Amino acid sequence: MMDDFFQYEPYSLNKTEKRGLLSPRIRELTAAHYKNCEEYRDILDAMGFRMEEGTEYDEIPFLPVSLFKKVPLKSIPDEDVFKVMTSSGTTGQAVSRIFLDRETSFLQQKVLAKIFSSFTGASRMPLLIIDCPSVIKDRTMFSARGAGILGFSIFGTKRIFALNDDMTLNMHAVREFAEKYQGQSVLLFGFTFIIWQHFYRELRKLPAGTLDLSNGILIHGGGWKKLASENISTEMFKKALLDTCGINSVHDYYGMAEQTGCIYMECEHGHLHASIFSDIITRRTEDFSKCDVGEKGILQVVSSIPQSYPGHSLLTEDEGVILGEDDCPCGRKGKYFKVFGRLKNAEIRGCSDTYAVRF
Amino acid sequence: MQLDFNEERIKEMEVAPSLRPFSEKAVEFLSELSTQLFKVARPYPDVVAFAYWCRKAALVSYAEKYKDSCNRLGRGLIFHIAPSNVPVNFAFSLAAGLLAGNKNVVRLPGKDSVQAELICGAIEKTFEKYPDMYRYAYPIRYDKASGYTDILSRYCNVRVIWGGDDTIREIRRSEIPARAFDITFADRFSFCVIQSDDYMALEDKRSVASGFYNDTYLSDQNACTSPHIVFWTGKSVEKARDIFWKELQALADERYELQAVQAVGKLDAFCMAAMKQKCRICGERGKDNLIKNNLVRVELSELDKSIRAYRYHSGFFFEYRMRVLTDMLALCEEKCQTISYVGNIGREIEKIVAEAGVNGVDRIVPVGRAMDFSLVWDGYDLIRTMSRIVART
Repeated sequence: MMDDFFQYEPYSLNKTEKRGLLSPRIRELTAAHYKNCEEYRDILDAMGFRMEEGTEYDEIPFLPVSLFKKVPLKSIPDEDVFKVMTSSGTTGQAVSRIFLDRETSFLQQKVLAKIFSSFTGASRMPLLIIDCPSVIKDRTMFSARGAGILGFSIFGTKRIFALNDDMTLNMHAVREFAEKYQGQSVLLFGFTFIIWQHFYRELRKLPAGTLDLSNGILIHGGGWKKLASENISTEMFKKALLDTCGINSVHDYYGMAEQTGCIYMECEHGHLHASIFSDIITRRTEDFSKCDVGEKGILQVVSSIPQSYPGHSLLTEDEGVILGEDDCPCGRKGKYFKVFGRLKNAEIRGCSDTYAVRF
Repeated sequence: MQLDFNEERIKEMEVAPSLRPFSEKAVEFLSELSTQLFKVARPYPDVVAFAYWCRKAALVSYAEKYKDSCNRLGRGLIFHIAPSNVPVNFAFSLAAGLLAGNKNVVRLPGKDSVQAELICGAIEKTFEKYPDMYRYAYPIRYDKASGYTDILSRYCNVRVIWGGDDTIREIRRSEIPARAFDITFADRFSFCVIQSDDYMALEDKRSVASGFYNDTYLSDQNACTSPHIVFWTGKSVEKARDIFWKELQALADERYELQAVQAVGKLDAFCMAAMKQKCRICGERGKDNLIKNNLVRVELSELDKSIRAYRYHSGFFFEYRMRVLTDMLALCEEKCQTISYVGNIGREIEKIVAEAGVNGVDRIVPVGRAMDFSLVWDGYDLIRTMSRIVART
């Protein structure tokens, strides 16, 4: 069934067409996980959920993404586990563990390529990875940061790491990259905060015009939490990169380790887009009913990829808003939206609470 | 109000004499405080509750129970660490310390609250009339990183730690003198028992809901006394359940503001429970019998004490239909604090608990009274624990 998806361009289907493609696949995944994952079955049973023939993808229950941090959830026998991916939690925080079999892992790569090439053009380009080489070394147990980099690496004809293993800027490598591919389109990829902290902040110290990457396309993701806490906006980020190395094509993306592959890319108009492989739904706090377009809500993500673990319909801890569907000025079909970041932590009353963490 | 750390003031307190339990000084001071608070507390039911609790007549009635305490004397300087988000708890702790005959330094939660401000303002006013009491009551607020906890711990004769297991662990890193000891209020767990036939016979169902609401939602169902499980018993369970939750739902809709994080947290808690125990969420998503996130109920079809680990706050309830009343004993271990009840079953519960000799259950109270402060708390008699006997033979 997954093959059907690859006949289409990632942003070519309207609402009805997409529903026709995505719903059967999500039903298929739901049935498979129900059969193969005991925990998933327990949850759906406790919800009293029964799937029917016409159940649409937005009527399928969603699991909170936090569950993957607490329990190993998989729908495959241990011997089929090809790799275990972890989310890039900060030190001391629990990380998600995502169990992949070969096929799911393959699908992740394939979908990522499909989405990605629709933005950059099909041809591969020299790739500058704004991270250090060691982040992808251990392949059996690797982080979302490594997974992202590996995923994007396939788009590079040549791949160069911009940072040394101690996270200092490898200026020699970066300059060589810029000079060698002068006048050619090149790709740059990295995590938003790492780009800011270890790339831009270092380049800023050099005289203007030292580095010319004006033919570069920069793709970055991983969230704005850290930058937002330093009051750095999207605009500032883009301007900073333009000023220091001339990059004017900068695309943010939204995605998570629990649904690797299905990323939501930012278009020229600054909107994040859902491809045909996945969808975004906003839910109301009150009763988890669906929000209207323009109404802020909790983000739910639905993905056609996860076969080896029950992560095809997840409720995130992020909040966002759907800006429209099928009518973004960039011409791409599907929903487009904006992410506001993590849900605000509630001030809970009571006597046994998280007092100690503030000592 | 001066809430800053002032070691000079601590030293003055150190030399002030300890008092007899229910000393005239303490009683006069608190009843004046009560008078002051009644002038300003009206918009805050919790502040009103405190003012009411320490009005003169009430104090006199508590004193009755401690008539035999005239050979007692306060233990000296008490260092209270108040819980972060039950805003008025610090005042109760302070009052208990005063009534026991002590000098009290009370560390307020880091987060400011209107309630704390009102009460501290009233304390200040009361000092005008009773200036000597300045040496007996010192509400203080300081940065946790300041190291003042170490200093205050060195001065104290008793340390009272509210705020749960983590806070207790953290505070215990600061040493106290050899003869001093800690009174700790650890994380606890509470539940409610409803006798369905008695409930059905009640005229005023709204007031039961209102009492239950106050026991739970008023403190985000996160106080130790807030029930997390509702046990049903009797012959009218179906009917009673239906009405009880509908009434509560109406109150939650009217009064409780739920945030997105809490809605997601409840889904997580439910999923965790569902993976460990046979259960069923009550209501359906997107149907007439809608699940609203401000009141999420999970019916357990079997009872295991591990369910405690999956509790959540902000209006998240497990419910279980008991075959016999003794079923509840499965949850009466050490962590269990309060059993609240509806119906004429208080005495029966008391008997079951006593006969089973369980490690938990410190209080058995009618619904609506779970949050009521009492001088006996978590199994401690606060007056006797914070005072000592001067024996003469």
